[in-house]
Amino acid sequence: MTQYTNKLTSERLAFWFVGFALLVVLPLLNVLPPEDSWLHISDFSLNRFGKFLAFAILALGLDLIWGYTGILSLGHGVFFGLGAYCMGMHLMLTIGGESVYGSDLPDFMVWNQVKELPLFWKPFYSFPFALVAGVLVPTAFALVFGFLAFRSRIRGVYFAIITQALALSAWLVFNRNETNLGGTNGLTDFKQVLGLRLSDPGTQRALYVLTVLSLGGAYLLCRWIITSRTGKVLIAVRDSEQRVLFSGYSPANYKLFVFVVSAALAGLAGMLYVPQVGIITPAQIGVLPSLEMVIWVAVGGRGTLLGAILGAVGVNLARSILTNHFPDLWPFFLGGLFVAVVLLFPDGLVGLGSKLGQAWRGVWRSLSASEPSPKGKLTS
Amino acid sequence: MPERSIIYLESVTVDYDGFKALNNLNFIANYNELRVVIGPNGAGKTTLLDVISGKVQPASGRVIFGKDTDLTGLREHEIATLGIGRKFQAPSIYGNLTVWDNLDLSLKRPSKGVLAALLGTPTPEERERISATLQTIGLEEKADTRAGSLSHGQKQWLEIGMVILQDPALLLVDEPVAGMTDRETEQTGLLLQSLVEKHAIIVIEHDMEFVRQIARTVTVLHEGAVLCEGPVEKVQSDPRVVEIYLGHHKATHAPAR
Repeated sequence: MTQYTNKLTSERLAFWFVGFALLVVLPLLNVLPPEDSWLHISDFSLNRFGKFLAFAILALGLDLIWGYTGILSLGHGVFFGLGAYCMGMHLMLTIGGESVYGSDLPDFMVWNQVKELPLFWKPFYSFPFALVAGVLVPTAFALVFGFLAFRSRIRGVYFAIITQALALSAWLVFNRNETNLGGTNGLTDFKQVLGLRLSDPGTQRALYVLTVLSLGGAYLLCRWIITSRTGKVLIAVRDSEQRVLFSGYSPANYKLFVFVVSAALAGLAGMLYVPQVGIITPAQIGVLPSLEMVIWVAVGGRGTLLGAILGAVGVNLARSILTNHFPDLWPFFLGGLFVAVVLLFPDGLVGLGSKLGQAWRGVWRSLSASEPSPKGKLTS
Repeated sequence: MPERSIIYLESVTVDYDGFKALNNLNFIANYNELRVVIGPNGAGKTTLLDVISGKVQPASGRVIFGKDTDLTGLREHEIATLGIGRKFQAPSIYGNLTVWDNLDLSLKRPSKGVLAALLGTPTPEERERISATLQTIGLEEKADTRAGSLSHGQKQWLEIGMVILQDPALLLVDEPVAGMTDRETEQTGLLLQSLVEKHAIIVIEHDMEFVRQIARTVTVLHEGAVLCEGPVEKVQSDPRVVEIYLGHHKATHAPAR
């Protein structure tokens, strides 16, 4: 019991410590030190880190459904994309006269000779609408898709396959010019959000802070879920769905719940991603990105919230370093990483960390134990 | 239909692509009864439990629970909520949760919905019941242990404890002593007998020694129908029973003890 409370308080400490570092220290290091100081964090780095943290929100949701509940979804790029496109559409509409063609219509529509704004674009003039839609659209989509899938008791590899098919079909639909979502080029060239220039470092800093706050909220939400009885039912579904069913729970409802929550988090991540990165295209929501998201969670450590965050940030950091220096090697690295996780450290970075910690404590104990033992021999 | 029956199967047929796992089966068990069902492999014993617990839908026939609740067409968790608990042959427990949490999740509660589970906290009475059950199944010391690290026999008992906490009116138990040591087998028998005071129990069993220990009435299934029914001595000396077991004995090398 004391061990348990110790763990709780140390976790709380870590939460506030990391939260403080991300929320206060990093932005201050961006603003205060002169640009040539080694302490200085460039606008570019802070912005890039904000993107990683947005991915971490998605990874948390994916970990809930995969790590805790044991349901592998290969379609979370779709929910991410739905959130991203909702925000992207609003940002497109705020470009207004600044666009290349100077029309009120988004550039790609002018290019595609669309004369009038399609009906479904119109509500996105409103920022609050875009904000709500960015979460509700993926949520509603997951609700319908999940309801059908879980009610028909589609599980395991079959669920993975149909979610992958979902990612592929979403990619196809978003790619088409007729969908009026920018086709292959997606939505880009955003200028402002709520009247703030996106090119202004101050705006990007605010977006970064917003992302950190959202990540903190998402973490607390996930933590609340997994420590409740619902969280235990989720693990129970993973361990023995049959027993859950015969204990009077409807596993389908629990799966639907966790699927919908993770889709909402993915949508939120997408919404935060778009203004920071400045572009969303079908290539970012299809089969490959959806797979990559799963790898983040696997690398960080399935079934631990910390692992999901570490994995999302770590893999993406490695990606941006590697693609800078060895652009051709990234796919091999990513594949190799996945193989390594499966073969060598199935519990991810977090599992590796606790294993190393245990080994270190073992060494430490044997070192400290070896000293008094000669004395014991002498007295005997 | 008899007044006191807790479960009543009326001409139930289960058809697996032409193979009739249950063939026009009639079966009755009463309140406060410990009924043992025996029969050679493929006789339809597990299918009988599958039909009662909703895992398999019969092609025809009715399954009446208690006074007049028809179970056909209901889903497993709905049947469980009505008060039918099932212990599986291979221990089915939650290996990554503690023994305590395993029991906590199984506990009978007014709602087993997502929202109730999200907001609910265990009441002192519930904790009391879990503690009492831990004692009944002899796992007090293991409350905080990960259930996956229990021994086979302990897992079987944990699952029995989980089913008890569902407080079912009818308990279905599929080969509870498979893989248990003699001592564990005996204790399991005592446990089941002590439960008859509050629950009706249907046990499927192969181990004839165990059957003699616990049984009052035995039902012999053969080819999806009831072959005979009665006290254990009578059933054992019934020539038809001897024949199907001996015939079975010759056909395969599995001994019918």
